[in-house]
Amino acid sequence: MKQILKGNEAAAVAAKLAKPDVVAAYPITPSTDFPEKMSEYVANGELPYTQFLPVESEHSAMSACVGAAAVGARVCTATSSQGLELMHEILFIASGMRLPIVLYNANRALSAPINIWCDQQDSISARDTGWIQFYGENNQEGFDLMLISFKVAEDPRVLLPAMTCLDAFVCTHTFEPVDVPSQEEIDAFLPAYKPGHVKLDPEDPWTLGPFGVPEYYQEIRYTQHLAMKNAEKVIDEVFKDFEKRFGRKYQKVNPYKVEDADIIFITIGSASGTTKEFVDKARKEGRKIGAIKLTVLRPFPFKEILPLIKNAKTIAILERNISMGYGGAVYADLAGAVINERDRPFLLDFILGLGGRDITFKDLEEILNVCKDVIKGKKVERPVWIGVNKELIP
Amino acid sequence: MKIETGGVIKKPGSSMDYKTGGWRTFKPVIDPEKCISCWICVGFCPDAAMEKTEKGKPPIVDYDYCKGCGICANECPKNAIEMVLEEK
Repeated sequence: MKQILKGNEAAAVAAKLAKPDVVAAYPITPSTDFPEKMSEYVANGELPYTQFLPVESEHSAMSACVGAAAVGARVCTATSSQGLELMHEILFIASGMRLPIVLYNANRALSAPINIWCDQQDSISARDTGWIQFYGENNQEGFDLMLISFKVAEDPRVLLPAMTCLDAFVCTHTFEPVDVPSQEEIDAFLPAYKPGHVKLDPEDPWTLGPFGVPEYYQEIRYTQHLAMKNAEKVIDEVFKDFEKRFGRKYQKVNPYKVEDADIIFITIGSASGTTKEFVDKARKEGRKIGAIKLTVLRPFPFKEILPLIKNAKTIAILERNISMGYGGAVYADLAGAVINERDRPFLLDFILGLGGRDITFKDLEEILNVCKDVIKGKKVERPVWIGVNKELIP
Repeated sequence: MKIETGGVIKKPGSSMDYKTGGWRTFKPVIDPEKCISCWICVGFCPDAAMEKTEKGKPPIVDYDYCKGCGICANECPKNAIEMVLEEK
């Protein structure tokens, strides 16, 4: 049934349909609707078997999730920006202990300066924590990817935590029609979680999260990496199963008119829609450009992306993040993916849309012009900053 | 032994499997000629890694757990224990 939902509500409705045993969350703009909604579902009896824990911080939220997941509960939480940063050390503990916690993150800028608007620095900064990362373009994707997150995370071949990210305000506070399947359909897609690798039982005590001495630590990290490699396959399987049941197709890497493209724009999140429209406009003007949207950032989709970009001349990566003193994070990932290939395009990272600034056709036109200059042989210093108001720079 | 998913330990009391001897840089080596079997080293060993034997014989060092702190060598009244650099 179609419902008109904000991005945050779409994520909350999806989490409700997943029937979590425990939700531990601390509110933070712009993800606050999620804990509000979950607490409402518990209070009004819609989730009779769910425990809602209104904790005192995000550090406690993720810690409570770890504790509950260690008992074998299905667990989820939500946060954003500073909240994700406060969770940061526990993010590593969740993945190291192989607890399939699901986190909904509203992508928001980090302080300082304080800013509540759209920016992907928060989840980008968490990409080395051993969490699977999904990025939605719109509210429907946010809804679907939340459910997909549970299914992938809890797969016995994976057992890793997963986060679904949606852009602040552009998605989180924008109402869109979202197709919501029935509880029966979701139950069939996502049956109850049956953990085999963790339990807390006084009759048969296990030690969870033990001391990891040098003789074992590296092996634990290696098995986490293997689980991420397994997730590559499991994500594809779950995407196919989801499409079969609900008719919506998901891919880790989503090409748009790239077959004959000289220039390809790469995006994650909500800027993907604008970019596809820009591609249509530019194509009408006879310019051979295409776009690629990344739905999955971890595990990084090496295999899927390489064949799509190898024949292009220039790849423009739109980065709503900045590693100061380096450039864009997705550029770094992609550069690592293509560096050993014989046929590889020229890669450029474009920093734009930080702290809630919109990504507009004017910005994309500017990026296209830089790419054309590069093809003509002009040297460009990377990262390329788009839309910086030079009048403000001392 | 294989590691479990997430490093879970399913049997209690596994700390004996943690061979702290790996921390050692210097290894105590006892000269049986000088040793008078006084067992002072055994009493001082903070890791209980030295064991009494019989009168006239030196104690046994459990190198699986001896961290090479050198207290035994320091306390030995006959200077019968030498700390020798271990190559790994």
